[in-house]
Amino acid sequence: MTYTATSTSTALEVPAAPTVGYWAGVWRRLRRDPVSLICAAILLALIFCAIFAPWLGFADPYTGSMIARLKPIGTPGHILGTDELGRDMLARLIYGGRLTLFLGITPVVAAFVIGTSLGLIAGYVGGWVNSMIMRVTDIFFAFPSVLLAIAISGALGAGVVNSLVSLTIVFIPPITRVAESVTASVRKLDYVDAARASGAGNFTIVRVQVLGNVLGPIFVYATSLTSVCMIISAGLSFLGLGVKPPEPEWGLMLNTLRTAIYINPWVAALPGMMIFITSLCLNLLSDGLRSAMNVRQ
Amino acid sequence: MSALVEIEDLTVRFSGERTVHALNGVSLSVEKGEVVALLGESGSGKSVTLKSLMQLLPGKRTKIGGKIAFDGRDVLKLKGRELANFRGPEVAMIFQDPSLALDPVYAIGTQIAETVMRHEGLSRPDANARALDMLKRVRIPSPERRLSNYPHEMSGGMRQRAMIALALACGPRLLLADEPTTALDATVQMQVLLLLRELQQEMGMSVIFVTHDIGVAVEIADRVAVMYAGTIVETGTIAEIIKDPRHPYTKGLLAANLHGAVKGARLDAIPGAPPTLEEPPTSCPFAPRCPVAMAACHAARPPLISKGPGRAVACILEAESVL
Amino acid sequence: MSANKTITTAPSLADIGGPRQPLITAKDLTCHFPVRAGILAPKKVVRAVDGIDFTIAKGETLGVVGESGCGKSTTARLLIGLVPITGGKIIYDGQELNADLSLRDLRRGVQMVFQDSFASLNPRMTIEETIAFGPKVNGVPQAEALAIARDLLDRIGLDPARFAGRYPHELSGGQRQRVNIGRALAMRPRLLILDEAVSALDKSVEAQVLNLLEDLRRDFDLTYMFISHDLNVVRFISDRLMVMYLGEVVEVGPAEALYHKQAHPYTAALFSAMPSMDPDARTQVPPLAGDPPNPIDPPSGCRFHTRCPLAKSVCSSLKPRAITLNEGHQVACHLHDPASGYEEVAA
Repeated sequence: MTYTATSTSTALEVPAAPTVGYWAGVWRRLRRDPVSLICAAILLALIFCAIFAPWLGFADPYTGSMIARLKPIGTPGHILGTDELGRDMLARLIYGGRLTLFLGITPVVAAFVIGTSLGLIAGYVGGWVNSMIMRVTDIFFAFPSVLLAIAISGALGAGVVNSLVSLTIVFIPPITRVAESVTASVRKLDYVDAARASGAGNFTIVRVQVLGNVLGPIFVYATSLTSVCMIISAGLSFLGLGVKPPEPEWGLMLNTLRTAIYINPWVAALPGMMIFITSLCLNLLSDGLRSAMNVRQ
Repeated sequence: MSALVEIEDLTVRFSGERTVHALNGVSLSVEKGEVVALLGESGSGKSVTLKSLMQLLPGKRTKIGGKIAFDGRDVLKLKGRELANFRGPEVAMIFQDPSLALDPVYAIGTQIAETVMRHEGLSRPDANARALDMLKRVRIPSPERRLSNYPHEMSGGMRQRAMIALALACGPRLLLADEPTTALDATVQMQVLLLLRELQQEMGMSVIFVTHDIGVAVEIADRVAVMYAGTIVETGTIAEIIKDPRHPYTKGLLAANLHGAVKGARLDAIPGAPPTLEEPPTSCPFAPRCPVAMAACHAARPPLISKGPGRAVACILEAESVL
Repeated sequence: MSANKTITTAPSLADIGGPRQPLITAKDLTCHFPVRAGILAPKKVVRAVDGIDFTIAKGETLGVVGESGCGKSTTARLLIGLVPITGGKIIYDGQELNADLSLRDLRRGVQMVFQDSFASLNPRMTIEETIAFGPKVNGVPQAEALAIARDLLDRIGLDPARFAGRYPHELSGGQRQRVNIGRALAMRPRLLILDEAVSALDKSVEAQVLNLLEDLRRDFDLTYMFISHDLNVVRFISDRLMVMYLGEVVEVGPAEALYHKQAHPYTAALFSAMPSMDPDARTQVPPLAGDPPNPIDPPSGCRFHTRCPLAKSVCSSLKPRAITLNEGHQVACHLHDPASGYEEVAA
């Protein structure tokens, strides 16, 4: 039995563009989006400074000077002025970035791992498992996230670890919900049915066919949560439930400088500016990622 | 007879991540009271032609060239108020998916009444009477009751009829139909086609009917323009196209319809796929797939060769047979 | 290029009953879905497939036609175990599913190609990986699975050197559907279910894929169940035709015979709803009024009686039984059942 491919059964079709992998395509689209690129650059610079702060030759963020208190922006030796205890603002903002970014990112990463797992299970298994997981999630949704964080932190007591825990708990429900809805929609697609029809087990299907297609959207959503998380953690510090003085942290700095707002408003506003810029960049970047990851265009 | 629509050398180019030359010099005229079918496969530019007539293409990414005249007026220059008065009373459109035209949060009767109130300034009771009349005309059973139905409460065929009623409420002179029967079941498709045919004759309007299904074109159209790669490759009356197709692409399409194909026989399939149109065609766009292509076909775009009134073929083989 | 370069995936289920034994026998096959409009709304049942019997002989192509909601896609999904069976039996080459044969084994013998060529391919996998997935989960080593995939790519008309590493969005609709066919064939099935597999394709591409299906049927000794709404295509490819309406089979018969003479009024309506292809003899009267009813609350008696031009009182009360007209031609209509009490026949 021989089989010759005749011209009619051969798909001699358009020589399409050279193969581009999925992530290469995402990167190509992202590269044409100046807003996302600028945001990514700012965030990378912030993270770089935060990590390498001790080696970048900044002033000591803990040493103050009673004579050099609340100096305005542009003071020689203190480019961004000083705070109410005469500590260099630039150094404190940079060092503050370490804690703030850590507190903003870690809970989201933890919630991403836990929420994605829960959402995958709920969305893929469906039925009563879904109902159970999602109804519990709904209970958490009844509380505004800020209040929930304050309540949990208040119950656990002040401190960095406790605010990490409370923030993680706050962000598990929204991530679970997004993961569940994305998984449920992917699960309905024919390629999952085709995989089932080829005899693959549920674990294999989730790992090979589902995971890769749901992680992207969940990741983008989690990116946008990072800014919320930073703001709430700043809020916790502001209320005295998070980081304790004299640690530099943007929310805490905002709190302690609050009294100086009439004396030197620009310096007092700086930590707020940092929170604002960082969360704005995170939000814009997640928007950019979302559109870059849209395959069908 | 004078032409209601006169499209001259229409070109449409979409820019964006990829440039697509969707239309590459389309000329078409539609007489008053005539039904013209635009027949072609996906990407042939048939829907784009309709959308440019309604100015429905995304303005920012679209570059349109050429001219579209509707009863002597330049459609591409209409703006704001003029455009709003053009869409509806002059030209209406129906779609494959009725949810594009029907608003899910308003009852069918309300939607039709609001439309005629806005365009014709009728009073509410008169407009409601018109809505009822329209539902009767599209043969929706128990129309009084249906007036207060929401789109999701209707079956697919009923929704399609409701959309037709909405489109025809202001008595348009031209109806643009974008595959309105494609998603319907076979028996329902035929009901809707017959309804459109009746309404067209009753109201005397012109229709441009976009379809990929040659059988549907046979049922509805007076004249057919076969489109390929953003160009019109052949026009003629439906009988001429069916019984005497001249362009190799039209011949291929007819064979691919499988009407009367013998079981087990090898199909004379057109090989390959249509061009992606990232560049405007500089030669005959069908040449790479054409069984009778010659060197000249790859060298330059074939002219549209007129074969009598309303009949033209864009193939150089036709030119030779004239000489 | 020789077909003897055998594809060494998990061996296909060997033939058991010989050519006379049907490859698939469905007996009283039923699938009901519970639906609920809201939490407090009463539970209702969609009778998607309601007690159907049919057989598919080895090597034949069974065409299945019917309008939306007739249960043709559900029937396909039942045969491959993608929806749970509510009642009845599926017998594969003499072995009953869940008694002599596990679902996993059945799926080695039965594969399916879906309508939506985009949704049925994982956008993150190259087409080579997609085709190799099935053999891999059935224990074929990675390298061998990829070799199978490349060989199949060649068979379905996609040059492996150019296409193996491509992603679905880099292919045209016709090419994607070829990949879906290849993915199904990688399991070495004996029955391939094509659920509207060419319906979404352009006509010229559809013809190419139909030619390919014919080649593959011969080369791989396949049996097809071909579901479509396009009667021209079904007639071209099918040996026998099964017509479904609201979860029931109304008529089964040889395709060519049915094309010329239909016994059931619904089949007749379906055929007369085909465009005439003759501008001088356009269809003048719509074949049927209204849309197909909802399968949640199907009409009593003969389910078609609400739209049937020939319905009499008996049709709304008594469910018609299947009557054999000729060898292999069965119809479920009182019109053809002398014992039904349908007056015209009785008279």
